[in-house]
Amino acid sequence: MKWLPGAILAILMIGNVQAETIIATGDLGLVVERASGSLLLVDQSEKATISRITGLGDLSHASLVYSPDQRYAYVFGRDGGLTKVDLVEKSIANRVVQAGNSIGGAISDDGTLVAVSNYEPGGVRIFDADTLELVADIPTESKTIGLVDAPGRRFVFTLWDEGETWIADMSSGTPLVKKISGMGDNPYDALITGDGRLYITGLFGEDGLTALDLWEDDPEPIRVLPEYGRGQKELPVYKMPHLEGWARAGREFVLPAVGHHQVLWIDETSLEETGRTDTYGQPVFAMARPDGRQVWVNFAHPLNDTIQVIDTLSKKVVHEFKPGPAILHMEFTPRGHEVWVSVRDAGKVMIYDTRTFEKRGEIDAESPSGIFFTSRAHRMGL
Amino acid sequence: MRKLLALFLLLSSPVGAEEAAQTDKLVNLVHQDCGSCHGLTLKGGLGPDIRPQSLSHYDIDTLSTVVLDGIPDTAMPPWRPLMSEADAKKIAEYLLQGDVK
Repeated sequence: MKWLPGAILAILMIGNVQAETIIATGDLGLVVERASGSLLLVDQSEKATISRITGLGDLSHASLVYSPDQRYAYVFGRDGGLTKVDLVEKSIANRVVQAGNSIGGAISDDGTLVAVSNYEPGGVRIFDADTLELVADIPTESKTIGLVDAPGRRFVFTLWDEGETWIADMSSGTPLVKKISGMGDNPYDALITGDGRLYITGLFGEDGLTALDLWEDDPEPIRVLPEYGRGQKELPVYKMPHLEGWARAGREFVLPAVGHHQVLWIDETSLEETGRTDTYGQPVFAMARPDGRQVWVNFAHPLNDTIQVIDTLSKKVVHEFKPGPAILHMEFTPRGHEVWVSVRDAGKVMIYDTRTFEKRGEIDAESPSGIFFTSRAHRMGL
Repeated sequence: MRKLLALFLLLSSPVGAEEAAQTDKLVNLVHQDCGSCHGLTLKGGLGPDIRPQSLSHYDIDTLSTVVLDGIPDTAMPPWRPLMSEADAKKIAEYLLQGDVK
C-alpha cells in the first residue's frame, strides 16, 4: 500500500499541471449563436467545440474583432453591447452597453482602440481596448455602416443616409475627422483591402460601387461599374449583401451585385470590369479563398440553402451544393484548406475540404451565424 | 404561448396542425428574414422599428400591402413573389398585435 499516497500525489500533480497548461489561441475561433446570445469557442484544428460563453445579449447580426495577441475578442452586439471575451479564461472579461442599436466595429492597427458603429444614435464611438472606457464620440446623425480600421490609427466609416465617408484619425488621441461627400446613394457596406489602400463601398440606392484611395492625402470618390445593371430588371433584395476584406481573387476583386443574381469582377488596378458570373440567387457573401483561386458565394432568402464555388481563372461555377437551410456565413482556415459554414436552421456548423469539397466534420451550434477565426487578428479590416 | 397554442392545435385536428405549422413558419420568417434588416427582435436596424407600438398608424390591409408590394425607392422589397395574400395578412396581424391569434 506504500505506493498509494504516491499515486494520489501524482494524480493531483497532473491535475495541477493541466490547470496551468498554456493555451495557444492561434487556431481557435468563435461562432456566434445569434438567438441565444452566446458564443462557441472552437478549435479549428480539432474541429471541435471547447466551450460555450453566454450572456452577450442580442447577437443578431453580431460581429467581432481580435486583440493583436489573439487572447481577447471584442464582440459587437445588435443591442449596442460591446463585450470583451477572454479566450484563455473562456469567459467575459468586460461588457458595456454603449448605444441602442449597433452594427459592427473595428480595432485600431496598434490594438489599443476599439470603435463601434451605431445605427441609434447614429455615429461611431471609440473605446480603450483595455478598459472599454469611452475615448471619443463621433455623432453622424445618420446610420453608419462599413466601419474598418486603416493604417495610422485611423478608422473609416460611411453614412447610409448622406452617402458620405468619414476618416477619423486617432493618431493624436482626439479624433481628426475628414469628410468625403458624393460617395453615392445609400451605401450599405464597405471593405478595405488587405494592404489598407482601397476602401470600397457598395451602393444600394444606385448601381455600382465607390472606391477611395487612402494613399492619397485628399481621396476623391472613384465610381466603379456605375451602370452594371443597366437595362436589366432589378430583382427584389431580401437580404443586403456583405462586403469583407476577403474579396481579392488573384489580380481582381470579386463583389456581389445588388438586385441582380451576379457577382462582378473588377481589375485591382484600373477598377474596370473584367467579367461577371451569373449566380443561383442574390449573393450575400462572395469570399475568396485565402489563396484567391476560388470564390465561395452564399445567397439571400429564399435561396439561402445553397453555396456556389467559382473558379477564379475561368470565372465559372465549378461546384454547387446544399449544406442545409439558411446558410449565413463562411470562414476559411487561414491557409484555405478548409471552410467552416454556418447552417442556421440545421443548428450546425459544417466543415468542408475546399479542394475535394468533401465534408470533414460538423459541430452543433444554436442558430449559428458569424464564424471568426483568431487569424483575423493580423489582417487589416477584419 | 405560441408553442402552447401550436401544441393545442396539433392535438385538435390534422388541419389545425398544418395551420399551426404554417403560422410557426411565418413567425420564424418575420424574426429571421424580416429580421435581417429590422433586427431579430424587430426593434430596427437598417430598416425601421416594426414592433406594434411603432406600427400603430397602420391598419391590417395597408400593412399587408406594404409587405406584398414593398416601398418604392427604399430597401423594403416586395414579398409578393414569395408569399400569398393570406400569409401577408397573417404577418400584418402578427406585427400589429405582437402575437398570433
